[in-house]
Amino acid sequence: MGEAIAFYTLAALILGFAVLVVTARETVHSVLFLVATFLFVAMLYVLQHAEFLAVIQVLVYAGGIVVLYLFVVMLANLKSAPEAHEDPRRRDRLGIALAGVVLAEFVAIALYAFTGPLPASAGAAAAVGANNTEQVGWALYADYLVPFEVASILLLVAMLGAIVLAKREL
Amino acid sequence: MTITPAHYIVLSAALFAIGIIGVLARRNLIIIFMSIELMLNAVNISLVAFARQYDHVTGQAFAIFVIAVAAAEAAVGLGIIIAFYRNKETVNIDEITLMRW
Amino acid sequence: MVETVVIPLVQIVIVLFGVLTAVAYLVLLERKVQAWVQVRLGPMRVGPHGILQPIADVVKLLIKEDITPARVDKWVFTLAPIIVLVPALIVFAVIPFGTPANIFGFSLPLYISDINVGLLYIVSVASLGVYGIILGGWASNSKYPLLSSLRASAQLISYEVAVTMMLVSMVLMAGTLSMVGMVEAQQSQGMWYAFTQPVAFAIYFIGGLAETNRAPFDLPEAEQELVGGFHTEYSGIRFALFFLAEYANMIVVSSVATTVFLGGWLRPFPGVEWLAFLDIVPTWVWFIVKTFGLLYLFLWIRATLPRYRYDQLMRLGWKVFIPIAIANVIVTAALKVIL
Repeated sequence: MGEAIAFYTLAALILGFAVLVVTARETVHSVLFLVATFLFVAMLYVLQHAEFLAVIQVLVYAGGIVVLYLFVVMLANLKSAPEAHEDPRRRDRLGIALAGVVLAEFVAIALYAFTGPLPASAGAAAAVGANNTEQVGWALYADYLVPFEVASILLLVAMLGAIVLAKREL
Repeated sequence: MTITPAHYIVLSAALFAIGIIGVLARRNLIIIFMSIELMLNAVNISLVAFARQYDHVTGQAFAIFVIAVAAAEAAVGLGIIIAFYRNKETVNIDEITLMRW
Repeated sequence: MVETVVIPLVQIVIVLFGVLTAVAYLVLLERKVQAWVQVRLGPMRVGPHGILQPIADVVKLLIKEDITPARVDKWVFTLAPIIVLVPALIVFAVIPFGTPANIFGFSLPLYISDINVGLLYIVSVASLGVYGIILGGWASNSKYPLLSSLRASAQLISYEVAVTMMLVSMVLMAGTLSMVGMVEAQQSQGMWYAFTQPVAFAIYFIGGLAETNRAPFDLPEAEQELVGGFHTEYSGIRFALFFLAEYANMIVVSSVATTVFLGGWLRPFPGVEWLAFLDIVPTWVWFIVKTFGLLYLFLWIRATLPRYRYDQLMRLGWKVFIPIAIANVIVTAALKVIL
């Protein structure tokens, strides 16, 4: 019962702020609504007993990536929304219709396949390491070690790429 | 009313659809990038819902990798935006159409 | 029902009240300590030896005229100080102040909640405070605050890396992310972590100085450099919130350093038996004494050291602290495996 209230509240807030991200006039307001969306998604993770992922979401997404977006918005000084003229070749309504079709398809699949209740998380606590962080740690370092190392190389390459792209002269 | 995985998947699909609308309907490049981040978050929500359903932490590990890739992509994408803005003074994607000007 | 709602609510009220009072008196303490270092007396008029000065300050800030510059984004202008203050306060939800106290036969834990990702929660919430600084500078619609806020936020995110890595090496030592677990790990080790990891303590503290924009890293708010920094255009209660947030951040850094490095609520040398007579002192007294010791160190350093130039500051953060932090993590991990 409590979980239902929490889920519906969080879902409404997430979707509400996401719509505001996409429709805000000022870019800085959009960025702020994105932070709010990420924070509520982190709360949703806590609701699903994924605390480590929730804190990582706040730390990396809300505290890192969106700060980067905010820096770019300020350095580029984009105060006015540059949507003055419409491009006649753009098809907005087709885009929205396609999004609606995708949404309907996902909803149909979900209702067809996943309508059983969620199992209680008592099973997870009985597994090795009662702690969510420990379990995720074991998964990352034991089962998925190679993707972990590849992800670290990816981040190194991204860091180098970002520095080279943003430098004034090479 | 019990919350089934279907609820989380519907939420994830709705968030994904909002992200798609943002990418297709807005012309500001930064808003488009932020809509891509919304789509990645939608995928993360459904991954965590699956992890909960099958009682296996793999979904959450996968979600961590998605976050890492999103960080890398945001860094490089914003670097490209800055480099472009320095040359052409715009972030409207309808004007970023020519290789030389 | 009572345990999950009423008790935490009471604890939250007590902690918030305590933190806000501590912040107000920290402002007075700073003025007094600076004064004594400079061989003068500081505020002496309001109340005996200036004890009631914070009340006068608060009243002054609250009754000031609410000036909002022209053409600012009103929502963001008002939201920025709130965004700086709230993360500083909600960190106190996971800090353990002592062993459970027995009140009316009921064991009251002296922390609001002990989540099992406590340290990571603190780091992630502290990284949200950057927004208030960036938005405060941007919303002021004026060049000095914008430049200063970009400088301040760049400084914050640079030192965040070194500080987080130091906390990671402490997590390696303790084997747990929860704050109560940290204190218990130090208890089972018999020694504060400041003695086994002095480099981590030093760099965490200096990084904490930079994170809270305190001297010698206070370039973003130095009057000689950028007028008032990112809070130039703020006055009245919004400025009061920025001010409060800075001192609350100082208390946060000191509390976290006390819990992780100085043994939280443990007495000095908890493993040494013949010092057990010190156990008559309640554990929360030890916590407060250690936190105020670190706060005094903050004030002492401000009164003593000159300011770093911005490029020196960034060089220190990226080229000195981060390599030392990485080396510390590697050495800690290696020694943990070997020993």
